[in-house]
Amino acid sequence: MSQDWIVACEFASLAANDVARFDMAEATYAVIKTKDGRCSVIDGLCTHGKAHLAEGFVDDTTIECPKHNGRFNALTGEPVASPVRVATTVYETRVNDGKIEFRKP
Amino acid sequence: MLDYTVGGPEAEVARNAGLVDADWYKPKVDRELMKQFMQRSNGLAALHVASWFAALAITGYLAHRSWGTWWAVPAFLVYGVLYGSMSDSRWHETGHRTAFRTKWMNDFVYYIASFMVFREPETWRWSHARHHSDTIIVGRDAEIAFKRKVPFYKYLLELLSFGAFPAELKQWIQNAFGVMTSNQKDFQPPETFHISRWASRVYLTILVATVVFSWQIRSFEPMMFVGLPSIYGHWFVVVLGSTQHAGLAENTIDHRLNTRTVYMGPLNRWIYWNMNYHIEHHIYPSVPFHQLKKLHLAVKDQLPAPYPSTISALREVVYALRRQAKDENFYIKRQLPQHAA
Ligand code: FES
Repeated sequence: MSQDWIVACEFASLAANDVARFDMAEATYAVIKTKDGRCSVIDGLCTHGKAHLAEGFVDDTTIECPKHNGRFNALTGEPVASPVRVATTVYETRVNDGKIEFRKP
Repeated sequence: MLDYTVGGPEAEVARNAGLVDADWYKPKVDRELMKQFMQRSNGLAALHVASWFAALAITGYLAHRSWGTWWAVPAFLVYGVLYGSMSDSRWHETGHRTAFRTKWMNDFVYYIASFMVFREPETWRWSHARHHSDTIIVGRDAEIAFKRKVPFYKYLLELLSFGAFPAELKQWIQNAFGVMTSNQKDFQPPETFHISRWASRVYLTILVATVVFSWQIRSFEPMMFVGLPSIYGHWFVVVLGSTQHAGLAENTIDHRLNTRTVYMGPLNRWIYWNMNYHIEHHIYPSVPFHQLKKLHLAVKDQLPAPYPSTISALREVVYALRRQAKDENFYIKRQLPQHAA
């Protein structure tokens, strides 16, 4: 059963093609808004090393890790450029009442 | 003497000291500024790559026309640097995939530049990722080009790739036959070994074809254009590349202590794709070459003073390497700004 929706941030506070960090209960997440305004919440740490993806670079639907430039598809979590080889977790995400929310499975 | 073997005894020492994949010092930069600095441009990168290929074509033409005369010497000297040294910065930036916005464009130039600078592309991609994780951490970083307790003349021999070329050629031959080296096994995922095998085969085929063609026409001119420039044109990589880390601290997790930022003139920056801003590059590898100067201006107050010229940095490098040849405890201690120490 899915858990409750968690508010990550205000939709308007995040620019298109950008990412913000959201920390909660010892866990860290990256909240992404793509170029066309779609939102996605993924695990905050890269699957290659322990870099925070929220310091990375969003270009359209791709997020690039700031440490070795590995890339993920921001919507599916699939790796799209080495040295990233393992997909990251993408959480169910919605925009509700002007807020970006996500929930864990 | 320290054992620099990757995965050797020093690797364990580094791990126990918390130096492996550690959290490195980062200066503060406004996020909005960083977003601007990280923007890539296909047009700008294409312009730079086109200017490089145009310079190669012009000097190559002049070298060919002057073949058999003394004019061929300066022509090949310039062609060699464009081929064997300038390829290093193109290899580097497209390896990070930050030069072009489009991934395949980076990869396309990367495979060409890798051949020219004589590096098997897949292995070096992984070794470079390690170099960024564990910069100048002994036993971890496979790209420590300037080690301590090494006689200085060996670095002079390296100007003509005396050590690097045979070692790399040996690896290509091993890889072509499916044999992986211990370094590759240490930092390269096994599922990428097939790329190394095929890249080595393709690169060796080009080299062998050039040798056969030279033999057929009874002239080594073709080899002067393909293959040999990786040797006789290599010296400028060593000159510029030595300013990056040589003679500085080992086993630290602050790039300001093991890396230099050097002010260079426009010609060197064109050849080097602004890698003279090397501290900035190491801390923020997502920033492409054309934004490094702006990044430098944004963070320079938090970094040690940059070297005012290439010569000033080289003077220090030569001094440090000569001292380190005798004294492995010697290194240049960089002065951090007090408010950001
Ligand atoms: S830590 Fe993210 S690509 Fe290496």
